[in-house]
Amino acid sequence: MAIEPDNAYHLRHFLTTEDLSGGAIGEILDTAESFISVGEREIKKVPLLRGKTIVNLFFEASTRTRTTFEIAGKRLSADIININTSVSSTQKGESLLDTVRNLEAMHTDLFVVRHPLSGAADLIARSVPKHVHVVNAGDGRHAHPTQGLLDMFTIRRYKGDFRRLTVAIVGDVLHSRVARSQIHALTALGTKEVRVVGPRSLLPAAVESLGVSAHTDMETGLAGADVVIMLRLQFERMSGALIPSAGEYFSLYGLTRERLARADKDAIVMHPGPMNRGLEIASDVADGPQSVILPQVTNGIAVRMAILARLAGASAGEGRTS
Amino acid sequence: MNIAIVGGRVIDPAHDVDATTSLFVRDGIIAGLGEAPSGFMPERTINADGLVVCPGLIDLRARLREPGCEHKGTVETETRAALAGGITQLCCPPDTNPAIDTAVAAQWLIDRARSLGGAHIRPIGALTRGLNATHLADMHALHKAGCVGVGNGLMPIKDTAVLRHALEYAAGLGLLVFLTPEDPWLSQAGVMHEGRMATRLGLAGIPESAETIEISRALMLIEETGVRAHFCGISSARSAALVAEAKRRGAMVTADTPIHQLYVTEDDVGIFDTNYRLRPPARTAADRDALRAALATGTIDAVCSDHQPHEADAKERPFSDAEPGIAGLETLLPLTLRLVELGIVPLTTALAAVTARPAALLGIPAGTLAVGRCADICLYDPRTEWTPTPASVHTRGCNSPFFGTTMRGQVAMTLHEGRIAYERPGPR
Repeated sequence: MAIEPDNAYHLRHFLTTEDLSGGAIGEILDTAESFISVGEREIKKVPLLRGKTIVNLFFEASTRTRTTFEIAGKRLSADIININTSVSSTQKGESLLDTVRNLEAMHTDLFVVRHPLSGAADLIARSVPKHVHVVNAGDGRHAHPTQGLLDMFTIRRYKGDFRRLTVAIVGDVLHSRVARSQIHALTALGTKEVRVVGPRSLLPAAVESLGVSAHTDMETGLAGADVVIMLRLQFERMSGALIPSAGEYFSLYGLTRERLARADKDAIVMHPGPMNRGLEIASDVADGPQSVILPQVTNGIAVRMAILARLAGASAGEGRTS
Repeated sequence: MNIAIVGGRVIDPAHDVDATTSLFVRDGIIAGLGEAPSGFMPERTINADGLVVCPGLIDLRARLREPGCEHKGTVETETRAALAGGITQLCCPPDTNPAIDTAVAAQWLIDRARSLGGAHIRPIGALTRGLNATHLADMHALHKAGCVGVGNGLMPIKDTAVLRHALEYAAGLGLLVFLTPEDPWLSQAGVMHEGRMATRLGLAGIPESAETIEISRALMLIEETGVRAHFCGISSARSAALVAEAKRRGAMVTADTPIHQLYVTEDDVGIFDTNYRLRPPARTAADRDALRAALATGTIDAVCSDHQPHEADAKERPFSDAEPGIAGLETLLPLTLRLVELGIVPLTTALAAVTARPAALLGIPAGTLAVGRCADICLYDPRTEWTPTPASVHTRGCNSPFFGTTMRGQVAMTLHEGRIAYERPGPR
């Protein structure tokens, strides 16, 4: 079943940031820079994916990711179809792979997949024919690589060289696919120090093996940080007694102005969204001068364009034989 | 039928026999070792030159899937697969659908295998009615019907008072109780070992404490009630240490581990390889090494196939949706022999772990080649290399990480109750 993917496989699909080198990430970010201007033109379109069909296959609700993928695809001139399968075929008992095979039979060129279970995108990537691409738009707690890269893009734009940066990722790391994708990208880019900060019950076992330091104290976790990434508390994935209350959580880990003062004075504040104001982040911080939360969203379009274009480039000259 | 097996290397771990000699079978019984009994006229003489002749294997845990999940396997397909793997007797857990909680259900399974000419089924009866974990099953009736013991399969008994009463009652009847060491609260959500790999893959982990806590809880009750108990499938170093300590204290406990547990680690999950979705999960390399050592010292009494056959679809799913287990009947012997190649145990110990030792803990007169005993015999070629594939094995199960890998040691023939029950096709 699971074979170690080869290079061609890496280029065909975009499933995780774990197998990307710092150089590869840099190239994608450079491409994204060139796409930023496309969004600022009057005619926001380039013909890179003209004639290609992209299916946004979302087994889990999403606004930001699905919409920015849709815009990214449209700016590249692809045809985009949105499918929210949590309310269609799988509820009729169809298996995940059968759903994909049916859509594949409609000559889809690229799937953008979100699924509540870790590994779903890998499973689909292994089952599709060679000319079909899969982009992971979030699988369970495993990976959300396009979010990870758009965060790298944002950090690079505001803070420059990763080798001088201390990054603190704060909150529900246990359930966060975004955190995992960020950690792999940050370590690949040679970031000076990556910290995860949160209650021990929301930090995964052996999290240090990912190359980060773990902090349960917010004050030390934020001290001197150049980038503070706040994660959403994922109540929908939580089972059992992980934290006592929203109030106690905010009192220990909520990002307030006072706490942010612990970080570097030029630190930026990020959040992959959707935010729970007053739960993990105070409104005056979210809307404050150090917040780059909305630019993150804008950058998401350019980065997703770069990733889609990279896959299209990988299949240039290839095509369906039929 | 009178059968002479000549020229083979006869190994009977129960009696320290390891010699190139002959074995004689008459009327389903081993009639002679070395010398033929007087007046013995073989109707068939088997040239076992180059083969090892050992007792038929006894598998402590194999799920046949019948009744209830016949698309995964049936008594017919799986007991024949067992014979092809050199296994002549196997224990099946009670968690079929319906559960093996009545004498009729147990008797049906035994009769079914017998009528089909498959391996002998030794059912494990239910400890609680319908495995409901609240009312005791009719254990005496189950025992009379042929059950080697009682257990609750994979269904946890959360209520400690119920578990205590069940153990007390079983102790009073002198019954062996099979326990799955899995704390439901800690293991329910998990799909692999909680550690480095689960963190990387974003999969919910099963902590080691899920196993050690349940072993500890059970041990307190085992020692208090004086019941004979067997832990099914321990997977960690600390579990092995707990069992070793309990044995030193004199508790009547035994333990097994699935043979694959001595090879796999959490790293094998790789990129969501559902063939490694296991229950218990593959743990760390240190755990695997400790389990190997525990087998060598006898803390782990036996290894088993922990056969859990599935259809292909059951594994072609996102990792946490995939069903756990390996179809292992036909790789039990070669994987056991590989332990010898790796220098972990000598050959007699390896074979004892699938013959004499499981027979001893079950208290059944099997797993030996002693004269007068039932002629359950496995003949294998220790040198043959072969590659199991879903198409080449007899089980209906399509699920094994060992499919496609080269195995050394292949069953040539299996005798069950004095009859040639399996013979590998092709020239020999």
